[in-house]
Amino acid sequence: MSEQQTITVEVDGKKLEASPGQMLIEVTDAAGITVPRFCYHKKLSVAANCRMCLVEVENAPKPLPACATPVADGMKAWTCSPLARQAQKGTMEFLLINHPLDCPICDQGGECELQDVAMGFGEGISRFAEAKRVVASHNIGPLIATDMTRCIHCTRCVRFGDEVAGIRELGATGRGEHMKIGVYVERSVSSELSGNVIDLCPVGALTSKPFRYRARAWELTQYDSVAAHDGVGSNIHVHVRNHQVMRTVPKDNEAVNETWISDRDRFSYLGLYTEDRLLKPMLRQDGQLQEVEWQQALLESAELLKTVDAARLGALVSPGSTLEEMHLLQKLLRELGSNNIDHRLRQADFRGDAADPAAPWLGQSFADLENNEAVLLVGSWLRKDQPLLNHRVRKSVLAGGQVMVINPVDYDFNYGLSNKLIGAPADMVAHLAGVAAALGADTAGVDASAGAEHQAIAEALKAAAKGLVLLGSMAQVHPDFSLLRLLANNIAQAANVDLGFVGEGANSTGAKLAGAVPHSGGGLSVAGMLKQGLDACILLNVEPEFDVANPVAMAGLLNGAKVVALTTHLSPWLLEYADLVLPVAATLETSGTFVNLQGDLQSFNGTARPVGEARPAWKVLRVLGNLADLEDFDYESSQDVRDEALQSIGEIKLDNSLADTSAVAASLISTELQRIGGVPPYSVDMLVRRSSALQHTPDGWKASLHVSADTASQLGLMDGGSAVLRQGEGEITLPLVVDGRVPPACVWMPSGVPGSELLGEGFAAVSLEKA
Amino acid sequence: MTLRCEPWARADKRADKETLFSPQIRAEIDQWVAKYPDEWKQSAVMASLRIVQDDNGGYLTRELMDRIADYLDMPPIAVYEVATFYSMYELSEVGAHKICVCTNVSCMICGSENIVDHLEKRLGIKLGQTTEDGKFTLKEVECLGACGGAPMFQIGKQYYENLTPELVDSILDSLEQDNGE
Ligand code: SF4
Ligand code: FES
Ligand code: FES
Repeated sequence: MSEQQTITVEVDGKKLEASPGQMLIEVTDAAGITVPRFCYHKKLSVAANCRMCLVEVENAPKPLPACATPVADGMKAWTCSPLARQAQKGTMEFLLINHPLDCPICDQGGECELQDVAMGFGEGISRFAEAKRVVASHNIGPLIATDMTRCIHCTRCVRFGDEVAGIRELGATGRGEHMKIGVYVERSVSSELSGNVIDLCPVGALTSKPFRYRARAWELTQYDSVAAHDGVGSNIHVHVRNHQVMRTVPKDNEAVNETWISDRDRFSYLGLYTEDRLLKPMLRQDGQLQEVEWQQALLESAELLKTVDAARLGALVSPGSTLEEMHLLQKLLRELGSNNIDHRLRQADFRGDAADPAAPWLGQSFADLENNEAVLLVGSWLRKDQPLLNHRVRKSVLAGGQVMVINPVDYDFNYGLSNKLIGAPADMVAHLAGVAAALGADTAGVDASAGAEHQAIAEALKAAAKGLVLLGSMAQVHPDFSLLRLLANNIAQAANVDLGFVGEGANSTGAKLAGAVPHSGGGLSVAGMLKQGLDACILLNVEPEFDVANPVAMAGLLNGAKVVALTTHLSPWLLEYADLVLPVAATLETSGTFVNLQGDLQSFNGTARPVGEARPAWKVLRVLGNLADLEDFDYESSQDVRDEALQSIGEIKLDNSLADTSAVAASLISTELQRIGGVPPYSVDMLVRRSSALQHTPDGWKASLHVSADTASQLGLMDGGSAVLRQGEGEITLPLVVDGRVPPACVWMPSGVPGSELLGEGFAAVSLEKA
Repeated sequence: MTLRCEPWARADKRADKETLFSPQIRAEIDQWVAKYPDEWKQSAVMASLRIVQDDNGGYLTRELMDRIADYLDMPPIAVYEVATFYSMYELSEVGAHKICVCTNVSCMICGSENIVDHLEKRLGIKLGQTTEDGKFTLKEVECLGACGGAPMFQIGKQYYENLTPELVDSILDSLEQDNGE
C-alpha cells in the first residue's frame, strides 16, 4: 500500500478524499458528516459490536458498520438513506431494551451519548414491555462510580484498559443476556489513567465518583486551562459553577496529551476547597497568626523586604508556579539585591550547579518518545510520575522498543522491561558507571566494572537508531545527582542517544528559563540558604514540611528567619513558622503560563474565582514590588508580566548539554541500612496531597515503612508489626510492610508524606527496630 | 482488542510457574501451549481450564483461574471472561454427575420441558442445583449440536438422545447403581 495514494469515496452524494485502509467512519468524521456510534473511538481498536453506525453501501446487500468498513476507491455510501435510517433506528431500539432509562437520576444526563443518539434515532415510545435486566455493580475504587445496569456493552472501557492503560482490569464476563462489564473480583482499579474511562463511557455506567450528584452538565461553564501536576502540561477543560471548580476533563491536544489526562490531573481539583484553605491574610502578632487586612499584610511584608540585609534574604518557589510568578519573584529578589532564589526544592546535590544545563528538558518531543528503540530510565517511576509520557514510552515498547531501568525500587510498569538493575540508592551510581564502562565512556572517576547486564544495556542503547537516557525524579533528589547526571551524559554521548530530564512540577523547564535559580548572579541555592541561614525568607506555594529535600534543616532555617508565605493553604508548619501569610490563588484560579518538558509555552486564564480574599500571586508580587519602591513593577495584566519574562528569556532554546564535565566524588556510601526517599505520585504538591479521592486509591501512600522480606527477618520484624525508624535526631514509628520491590538493606520511607517531616533528607543511613 | 499475549500485562509479580500446577498438569497444558505460536499462547486457555477443572473434581475456583492466568501470562480478568462465557466450565462445586439438558429450539420443540420437569421431580432439585447427596447436578445448556436426536442431554462425556421420561429413569438408575459399587 503506497502511503501517498488517495482514493475518492462518495458519501451522501459528496465526493470525499480518503486514504486506503481508512475506515468509512474516519472519512465521514473528517468531513463533518454525522454517523451515530457508541463503540467506535478514534484512539481504540475497532470492535464493531454496537452496530449503531450502520450505513448503506452500494452493492452491499445489508447495511454495513461504518466503523469497520474500509473505504475503497469509488465506494458509494449513504448515512441517512431509508435503509441506513431503518438500521440505525432498529439498533437504537434494541440498545434501549435493557437500558434502565433512569436519566433523571443519572449523572451522565445532559452529556450522554445514548441520550443524544436516542433523541436523533430513537422512537418516542418503547414497544418493549417485558422486565429489564438489572446488573449488580462492583465498587472499583474512589474515583469511578459504577452503575452497570446502564452499560450498553460497547467495551470501550475494556479496550482502554488493554490498549492504553496497559493493564486489563475490566472485562466482559458471562454471555448473552448475562454478559456484564466489571472487574469480576471486587477491587480498586489501579491504573494511573483510569479516570479516562469516565469520558469514554458513552452512558452513565462509569461516572466520576467525586463529581457524583454535584452538578448537572448544563449548569457548568467550560474554560480551557493547563494541568499543573506534572511536566506534560495536559490541556484540560475546567467546568465551573458558581465560581467553583466542579471538575476537570481532558481537552484534545495530539502533541501534548492526545485525548487523555492522568488521574492526578483529573482529581487534584478536590484539594482546592479544603478546610485549611486560606481565606484572609495573616500576621503574627504576640506569637499568634491573626487575620489582618490585605493593606496591613502587604505593608508589613514590604517593610520587611526593604529593611532586611539582602544577602540574608532568600526565596523558595515551587516548581509548579507559573512563569509569571517566577519571573516576578526573581525580579523582586534581584532588585532588592539578592540572588538567593531557587525552585529545586527537592534536590539534595548542588555540587553540579556550574554544569547545569541552560534549559533542562525531556530531550525529545513527546511524540518522539514513541519512536525510541531503547530507553534507559534512571531513578524513575515514569509510569506514575509522568503517566502520559509513560504512555508514549509504552507505545514504543509495543512497537518493539526496549526499556531498561536503574532504580532503587522495583517499580511496576505497564510494559515489559528488557533489563532492570534494582539496588540500594548508593548502587545506582555504580550501575550507571558500569553501563558507561561497557560503552567505553568516561566513568567520572567511579571504579566501575561492567557485568553482563551493564553490557546488555550498553549494547541495546548503542544499537538503537533512536534512544534516550532519562533521569527521573528519583535521580534528581539523589544525593549524588550531579554524578548520576554526568554519567548519564557520558552514556548518552557514547551511545549516541538523547539525554533527558523529567523535572518536578508543571514548570521546571520554565523555572530555569525565568531565572528562578541562584546562578545567574551567584546567589545561594536551597542548600546554600540552609547552610548560611536567612533573616527573611519568601515562600511561594511551598509547604515546607513536605516540599523540600530536608525538612529538618528547613525547620531550622524557618525558625531563624522572618517568613513571608504566599500560599493557598495554611499547613501546620506555616502556622508555626510564618510571620506573614498572604493567601494566593491556586492553579485553575489564576492566569499564567507553563513551559512543559518539551518546551511548549502554554498560557491559560483563570477559571474559578479565588477562594476568600485570595489574590493571584502575580498581583501580590507586583504590589510588593511597588510598596518596596522598586522600579518597573507596573503591570496591567499577567500578560504584561509574561511578555516581559519572554523578552528577557529571548528565544526558548532547550538545552540539556552540561556546561562542565568535571567529576565529583560519590557522597552516598553503602551503609548497613539506607533510607530510600523520593516522593510518591500522589504526594507531589499541595493540591494533590489534599485530594482525598486520590489518597484513597492504591497509589495513595499509606503511612508505613517498606522493607524486603530478608531485611525484615534479619531485624526480627514482622509484616504489619510496628517499627521505629531512626534517622539522625528524628524518629518515627509506623507499621512495617514487607515489600518485594524494595532491595535488601533498605527502608522505603518517602519524602512528602505525613511523618517524613520528622526525618531529614530522603536518602541517608537509618536504623530500624521493633517498636 | 489485541488478543496477542502480553507477558507484561500484569503489573504485579509473576509467581514461579513451576509452583503453579503439578508436573502432570503442566505437561498436559504444555502440550496445548506447544500447538500455538509463542505470542499466542493464551489460545491454550480453554484447554487449560478443562484440564484444571477435571483435575479439581469438575469445577474451577478463582484461585485456579488466577494460576492459569499466571501460567499463560494473561490478565486474570481475561481468564474469568472465558470461564464465565462457556457453559462447560463450572465455577462452584458440582455433583458427581452433571446433567446438561439442552433446552434450545429443536429440543424445546421435541419436548425438553417434559424432560426437565421429570428430572426436577425425580431429583428433587431445580435447574442449576445439586442434590443433597452430591450425586447429581442439573444444568440447562444451549444447543449441543445433537438436534437430530432431540430432546437430549449430556452426562459426563456421554450424549443421551431421543429422551423419554422412562429412558431418563433407566439412565439415572444405572448411574446410581454404578455409584453404589
Ligand atoms: S461501562 Fe460504559 S464504556 Fe464500558 S462497556 Fe459499558 S457502556 Fe461501554
Ligand atoms: S460504532 Fe460501529 S459498530 Fe459500534
Ligand atoms: S437444540 Fe438441543 S441439541 Fe440442538
